[in-house]
Amino acid sequence: MKDVLTLQVNGDQVEVGVPTHYTLLETLRYVLGLTGSKQGCDKGDCGACTVLLDGEAHLSCIMPVYEALGHEITTVEGLADGPYPHPLQDAFDLTGAAQCGFCTPGILCSAHGLLAENRSPSRQEIQQALSGNLCRCTGYTKIFEAVEVAAESLRTGMDPRDIVAERYEVALPSRSMQPLSDLLKEPHA
Amino acid sequence: MRSEDLLPLQERTADRPETLSEIAGGGFRMIGGRNRGVDGFQKSTGKAIYTDDIVLPGMLHAKILRSTEPHARIQSIDASAALALEGVHDVITGRDIPTAYGIIPWTPDEHALAVEKVRFVGDAVACVAAVDEDTANAALDLIEVEYEALPYYLDPEKALTLEAAETPIHAPRKPGGNGNILKRVQLEFGPVDEKMSEADVVVEGEYYFHGTTHAPIEPHCAIARLNQDGLLVVWSATQVPHYLHREIARVLGLDVAKVRVVQPAVGGAFGGKSEPFDLEFCVALLALRTGRPVKILYTREEVFYSHRGRHPMKMKYRVGASENGRILAVDAETILDGGAYASFGLVTTYYSGQLLTAPYEIESYRFDSTRVYTNKAPCGPKRGHGSVQPRFAFEISLDKVAERLQMDPIEFRRGVFMGTGRTVNEFRVQSNGFLECLEAVEKASGWKEKYGKMPYGRGLGVAGSCYISGTNYPIYPNPMPQAAVQVQVERSGRVTVLHGASEIGQGSDSTMAYIACEELGVPLDYVRVFSADTDLVPVDLGAYSSRETIMVGNACLMACRRVGDLVGGSVAAEWEVEPSRVRLAGGWAFDVKDTERRMPIAAAFQLAEAEHGTLGAVGHYNTPKEGVHGDYRGGTIGASPAYSFTAHVADVEVDPDTGFVDVRTIWVAHDCGRALNPVLVEGQIEGSAYMGHAEAVLEEQEYMVGEHEGGLHNAPSLLDYRIPTSMDCPEFVPFIVESNDPEGPYGAKEAGEGPLHPSLPAIANAIYDAIGIRIDSLPFTPPRVWQAIRDAEAVKMAEEVA
Ligand code: FES
Ligand code: FES
Repeated sequence: MKDVLTLQVNGDQVEVGVPTHYTLLETLRYVLGLTGSKQGCDKGDCGACTVLLDGEAHLSCIMPVYEALGHEITTVEGLADGPYPHPLQDAFDLTGAAQCGFCTPGILCSAHGLLAENRSPSRQEIQQALSGNLCRCTGYTKIFEAVEVAAESLRTGMDPRDIVAERYEVALPSRSMQPLSDLLKEPHA
Repeated sequence: MRSEDLLPLQERTADRPETLSEIAGGGFRMIGGRNRGVDGFQKSTGKAIYTDDIVLPGMLHAKILRSTEPHARIQSIDASAALALEGVHDVITGRDIPTAYGIIPWTPDEHALAVEKVRFVGDAVACVAAVDEDTANAALDLIEVEYEALPYYLDPEKALTLEAAETPIHAPRKPGGNGNILKRVQLEFGPVDEKMSEADVVVEGEYYFHGTTHAPIEPHCAIARLNQDGLLVVWSATQVPHYLHREIARVLGLDVAKVRVVQPAVGGAFGGKSEPFDLEFCVALLALRTGRPVKILYTREEVFYSHRGRHPMKMKYRVGASENGRILAVDAETILDGGAYASFGLVTTYYSGQLLTAPYEIESYRFDSTRVYTNKAPCGPKRGHGSVQPRFAFEISLDKVAERLQMDPIEFRRGVFMGTGRTVNEFRVQSNGFLECLEAVEKASGWKEKYGKMPYGRGLGVAGSCYISGTNYPIYPNPMPQAAVQVQVERSGRVTVLHGASEIGQGSDSTMAYIACEELGVPLDYVRVFSADTDLVPVDLGAYSSRETIMVGNACLMACRRVGDLVGGSVAAEWEVEPSRVRLAGGWAFDVKDTERRMPIAAAFQLAEAEHGTLGAVGHYNTPKEGVHGDYRGGTIGASPAYSFTAHVADVEVDPDTGFVDVRTIWVAHDCGRALNPVLVEGQIEGSAYMGHAEAVLEEQEYMVGEHEGGLHNAPSLLDYRIPTSMDCPEFVPFIVESNDPEGPYGAKEAGEGPLHPSLPAIANAIYDAIGIRIDSLPFTPPRVWQAIRDAEAVKMAEEVA
């Protein structure tokens, strides 16, 4: 049996026909085609499915889709500001915080939830905020660093690239692999 | 836009001209830099496509019915009710897919769906394809299977008994043999008994490794589609597309040229996706039979039952040393608990002995390893295949030896450092940065001030290790290259690298891109990388045994240099200078003697294209065959083009009241030859130490033993199987050591597996430093550590009373 629901997803109001037993994750992935949110266990153990509801991190695999009604849902696809990546997304790339990348969408959402509340999180506060997200690749260190870089960027307005360069005392290759945002900023020749 | 109009735009992306003089005298432009990855933004914006993200029109969903018995004969399967269910398209059983397979060509003992027998709880029995997952699940409940239970063996020592051999798990491979033994390897190098008798100190011990699994966060997933022209396409979360390609064709009786295997982004593998699995054969056959695309996504429970994780091992070690600290003899006896199928087991059996012989000088060595079948999920290769367990036993033994000799454990290890040359089992080591590794962790941990001097409950421990950078021989014998790369260079400045390496999060796509940038002078965002699609890229054997950087990297280097020489030659001709004066770097072709003379790289490509026609090249790599290993039987297994080295120091705190072991810090120094990108290497070092630490104190692949639940997995979920959260990890402090191996691309060796090994023994040795008690069985969970402390107290009390 299906039901027609109106959801607020990544700034859009969408009307969808959803099997009534579906979770929010199934609705996002298999009905809306928003496959950025991942399924690692389907029972609330891994955090790969984490999305934001009104800015707060939630596990979408154990949330019946009905519970999301009336809330502003944000997935990894909705974190960027148009063509400009969110500083978290840039920082994850710069610090190597995403290896296989499967935990990344969920971790970005949890970190986003943290930074919305706290722009100067300590290492321990970051650890706590991410404790529901398992990562099997990184050992977490680079993820913590990425969140710190993003937090600093949000606080100071500095480019995550410059923060990383300062942290590691290296000159990052200046103009290679710029995010799209840089190219948009520079005037065309 | 005409190509000339592009050039001013490209100057914006290229390096600032005034920086060219910095690299005019040599030195790398890309290699060694903390560069972005080529797929970082894809992954951090949710755009990377993993297998389960693919939805095809008309796709069916399939589910596998799994055995509830640990060992049984299948008497009958009745699927009629399932087939009659609305929405069910097909049901297949072992009869429909009777060809046996196995990753090692000599030991094919698995079937996609059980034929006659099931051998562990979780063995695949039947597969249903239906319009959706719910219908497929409902249909599974309607399939009736009748089993005749057989005696089952969860303990390898029980499986080795004569009684068990009467109802073996597999038919004996040789008449009269014990079908419960997959393989026994006995090798001896040098006069072990003689040397042992000369030893001033002999340390004997029994060690136990408990078994752990990979638990990648992405569950296995596969999709197959039959195209109307007869091409079968299989998408799979695999790390060995080439072997999967061959096996699908062989098992289904298809022409291998009419099968295409595509590996989408993979969400972690660690060895757990390095052989064909039931789901891949099932989707392929169901797609052929129904004409519809078919998908299977494992549940998390199925991931645990598909396993192929690290073998439990019982290890007896005797190590003899002279009073001046030479290792005279090592004598090892090991039983490997293999689970129900062979998997890579033949190789694991060799690796459990062969990979132990560096970085130390060992004067004589003998090992006797036996891999035994049991009625549990099959074991296989997990990060540090076959050698993490013996390394645990050996490095603890070395600590005990050092103590008996009253030597500092780091000093002792320094004294037996082998350098380069030949190991006792005749492997050729051409670079060895182990001393620098030891030095780095000794210094960073404050070893000299702290070891043996911290208060009760706090301790430091050290361990070292060695690992292979790829295996010298492919899994199936053939004289063709082990890796190959094709490079296309286009007049816009774009470079396309087509390679077969499997990107599983370790960064092989980025690594190939860095090599292309270094050699062809383009910025990173001019490189497109296509990998692991058997229709698009040359054959590569896959992401296992840490082979990608060295093998695919070398192939990439060859291809890029071939085409780079053409480009450099054309530019040199244009400028009328020697080709050696032209360098391609940072988006430019420039004259190293006069950096004012330069052109954007696309202009250089255009010159070359005008001279030579369409630009492209292939490159390949084959391992050296002469003088790299001994010619005894088995001498090729474990031989590698290059070996990596690692040293760890762990700092632990043990709570004597609860037995809780808190690993506070792990300092890890790893000799990776050369770090092509330090960010990636650090990531591999940290991820390895994380995984090793978890195996030491948290994780355990355990089975129930009761009459009714025998063979059931004890904890097949990510909650109960305790993989570390962000709160459970020690601080990891990585150090990179570069020993520049002559065989590696720019000197590079592996970094993905080696750094895991010392975690476990370093923690064990640190526990001893903390509380003065040796615990030789893993894992160091609170009950075990608590018990060990109580036992030691009881012994002490008894002594006092006496
Ligand atoms: S998929 Fe939701 S917590 Fe694992
Ligand atoms: S990057 Fe692979 S699970 Fe986190």
